Amino acid sequence: MSSLTMIEAIRDAMDVMMARDDRVVTFGQDVGRFGGVFRCTDGLQRKYGPSRCFDTPISESGIVGIAVGMGAYGLRPIAEIQFADYMYPAYDQLVSEAARLRFRSAGEFSSPIVVRMPCGGGIFGAQTHSQSPEALFTHVAGLKTVIPSNPHDAKGLLIAAIEDDDPVMFLEPKRIYNGPFDGHHDRPVVPWSKHELSETPEGYYTVPIGKAAVRRQGTDVSILAYGTMVHVVEAARQSVGVDAEIIDLRSLVPLDLETIIQSVVKTGRCLIVHEATRTSGFGAELSALIQERCFYHLEAPVVRVTGWDTPYPHAQEWDYFPGPDRVGRALTRLMES
Amino acid sequence: MSGGPLTLHVPEPTPCAEAADFSRLHLSEAGQLRRPAVDVEAGEIRDLAYGLIRVLDGEGRAVGPWSGACTIDQLRAGLRAMLKTRAYDSRMTMLQRQRKTSFYMQCTGEEAISCGFQSALQAGDMNFPTYRQQGLLIAQDWPVVDMMCQVLSNEKDRMKGRQLPVFYSAREAGFFSISGNLATQYVQAVGWAMASAMRGDNRVAAAWIGEGATAENDFHAALVFASVYRPPVVLNVVNNQWAISTAQSVAGGESATFAARAHGYGIPALRVDGNDYLAVRAAACWAVERARRNLGPTLIEWVTYRAAPHSTSDDPSKYRAPEDGAAWPLGDPVERLKDHLIGLGAWSEARHVQLKAELDEEIGIAAKAAQGFGTLVEGSKCSPASMFDDVYKLMPPHLREQRQELGF
Ligand SMILES: Cc1ncc(C[n+]2csc(CCOP(=O)(O)OP(=O)(O)O)c2C)c(N)n1
Repeated sequence: MSSLTMIEAIRDAMDVMMARDDRVVTFGQDVGRFGGVFRCTDGLQRKYGPSRCFDTPISESGIVGIAVGMGAYGLRPIAEIQFADYMYPAYDQLVSEAARLRFRSAGEFSSPIVVRMPCGGGIFGAQTHSQSPEALFTHVAGLKTVIPSNPHDAKGLLIAAIEDDDPVMFLEPKRIYNGPFDGHHDRPVVPWSKHELSETPEGYYTVPIGKAAVRRQGTDVSILAYGTMVHVVEAARQSVGVDAEIIDLRSLVPLDLETIIQSVVKTGRCLIVHEATRTSGFGAELSALIQERCFYHLEAPVVRVTGWDTPYPHAQEWDYFPGPDRVGRALTRLMES
Repeated sequence: MSGGPLTLHVPEPTPCAEAADFSRLHLSEAGQLRRPAVDVEAGEIRDLAYGLIRVLDGEGRAVGPWSGACTIDQLRAGLRAMLKTRAYDSRMTMLQRQRKTSFYMQCTGEEAISCGFQSALQAGDMNFPTYRQQGLLIAQDWPVVDMMCQVLSNEKDRMKGRQLPVFYSAREAGFFSISGNLATQYVQAVGWAMASAMRGDNRVAAAWIGEGATAENDFHAALVFASVYRPPVVLNVVNNQWAISTAQSVAGGESATFAARAHGYGIPALRVDGNDYLAVRAAACWAVERARRNLGPTLIEWVTYRAAPHSTSDDPSKYRAPEDGAAWPLGDPVERLKDHLIGLGAWSEARHVQLKAELDEEIGIAAKAAQGFGTLVEGSKCSPASMFDDVYKLMPPHLREQRQELGF
C-alpha cells in the first residue's frame, strides 16, 4: 500500500494496465510528451514509447473516433478529453457510434474504450473548465459512466474500466485531484496523504463498476452523492450533526440500486447532491427511482441540492457550487419535514 | 510485396534539451513573392501558400511588391499599439501573479498580427477572435480599463464576472464574444459574412484560429461553407508553432503548410511573416479588399512564435528548450518595426524608450483605476444574483425560484 493523489492513482492504473496488456494505449491533447495538462499521463510515453502514449491533434471527435476504430481492431484505448467541457465535438462519436456499435452489429463489433475527462468546478475555470456533463452520458443507452471520489477507487475503477468490454466514460473531479476538498474553499488545502482512501494497493486490483460504497453508516437520512460531493456532504453532515448514511455512488450507469434502496428503506429520508445543473440532472433519475421503489417507506419528500440551472460563472463560483452550507441547510430542512 | 511490419508515424518535436530546429519553416526572402491582383483565382497563386510573404529585410528596409501599404503615421501607430499591447500583457500577468485574478493569457511575439490586421478593417466589420487577439481592441484604442475590469471580474466587468479572464466581448468594437471552446467561432464568422452578403451590406468578417485548433471539425466546416458561398470573410490561422505543449507538427504542419489547406477548397491562400508589421498590414488589406469587393474568402496563415507561456497556468520549460525562442528566425515584431522606422529617420531609440515609459505609465494608471472597481478577490463584484440573468431573455420560474433559494 502507498498513499497516492488522485492524479498518481489514475496514472498508476494506466501504468499497471499498459505493462500487463500491450493492447492498452492512451492518447489525447498534450498527453504524450508533456504528460497531460493535469499530469495524469506523465512518464507513460517515456516508458511505453510514442505509439502507446501519444499527443493528438486538437480534435475531440477525432480522438473518440480513432478510439472507436482502435477498439474495433482489438486495442484497449484510453482517450483523454482535456476538460469535460470540451467533449461536445466528440458527442456524435460517443452517442451514435461508441454507444451503439455493439447493438447495431448484433455483437460483431464493440467499443471497449475508456474516455477520461476532468470535470467539475472549484478552480475558477468559469463556464468552459467547470462542467459536470455526466447526465449527458447516463442518458445514452450503451455508455457506462463512472465518477470516483478518492485515489483508491480511482485506480481500481479505472483498471475495471479498461478491462470493461463496453465504452466507459470516466469522469475525474478535478478539484479533488490533489486533495479531498470538502467545499470549504477558504480553508487550507488538505493533502490526500491525510485521507485513508489515498491508501492504494500496489499493482493490479479492481473496484467493480456498478457497486456503490457506503462511506458512513447512519439511521436518520440517506445521502446520495458522487465525486467531490462525497466530501462536501460529509462536511455538511458534521456541521448539522445528523446520523446520516452517506452513499458514494461511484458508478451512475450501471447503478447500485440495491444499496440505495436498502438505505432509504432503513432511513426513510433521502438527500441527493450533485454539482451539475438540476434540471434533467442525474439527481432527477435517482429521485424518480426512489419514488418508484421506496415510496411507502419515505417520511419526507426526496430533496436535491445541485448546481443552479445557469452556466458556471467565474467570479460567483462559490455561489454556484453546492457547498456545505447549502447542503447543511437542506439536511436540516429535510430532518424537520 | 511485404515491407516488414507496419509502424505508426508519431511526429517527434525537438527534445527539450536540444536547440530548436526551424529548418522546415519554408522561409522566403523579403520582397521575393509577387503581389497578385485581388481578383486572382485561387489556382493561380498556389505557390503563395508555400512561400512566406515578407516586406522587411535583414537590414530593416521595406522591399518588394508588398511594401508601400503604410504611411509613416500608420507605422508609428502600429508600433504604439504593439507596445501598448505588450505593456498591457505584462501588467495583467503581474496582477494574476499577485492573485488579483485567476488567469491570464499573453500574446507576446504575436502583436503585429492583431494590431496590423485591425488597421485594415473598418467600422461595422466583425472579428471572431480567439483569446490571443487583444491587439484587435488595443489597436483601435478601446479603453484598457474596460478590458482590465473583465480580467479582474469586478463590478464594472461588462461580462458580469461570468467569463474567464481575457474572454472579452465588445460588439461596438467589432469584437465578437470569445468562447472557450476552440474553433467553434471560425464557422460562425463564415455565417456572419454570409448574412452580410445576404442582406446586401458591405461588412466583412474575420475568423481567427490557432494552428492547433485547425484540427477541429469546425475549421473544416468553415472552409467548406466559405468555398461554397464565397462570403466576405478573412480566414486567419495564427501559426505560433505551439498549442500548449504540442508542436505544430501534431496539428499536421509537418505534411503541408496550414495555408495550403485552403487549396482543396479552392480558396485563395497567403502565407505571411506574422512578425513583420508591414507584411501583415499589406496582406490584411489585400484580403479585406477582396472580401469587400465581393471576391470571396481568403485564408491567411500568419507565421509567428508564441514567445510567452500558453497561459499563466502553463510552464513551457517542461516541453520546449529555453533557447527555442532565441532560435526563432523571424525575430520580434516590435524590434523589427522599430528598426525600420529608425532606418527611415522617423523614429529613434530615445523616442522608443520614452514611448515605452509613457505606455507603462498609462497602463499602470489604468490598472489602478480598474482595481478601484474591485478584483476577483476583494472589493465589489457583480452580485451572485446576476448569474441567473441572461440565461434566457426572460427569467423562467424555475430560475427565479433558484435565485430565491440562493437568498436573492
Ligand atoms: C474544444 C476544445 N478543446 C480543447 C481545449 C483546450 N485548449 C485550450 S487552448 C489549447 C491549445 C490551442 O492551441 P492553438 O490553436 O495553436 O492556439 P494558441 O494557444 O497557440 O494561440 C487547448 C488544447 C479547448 N479550449 N477547446
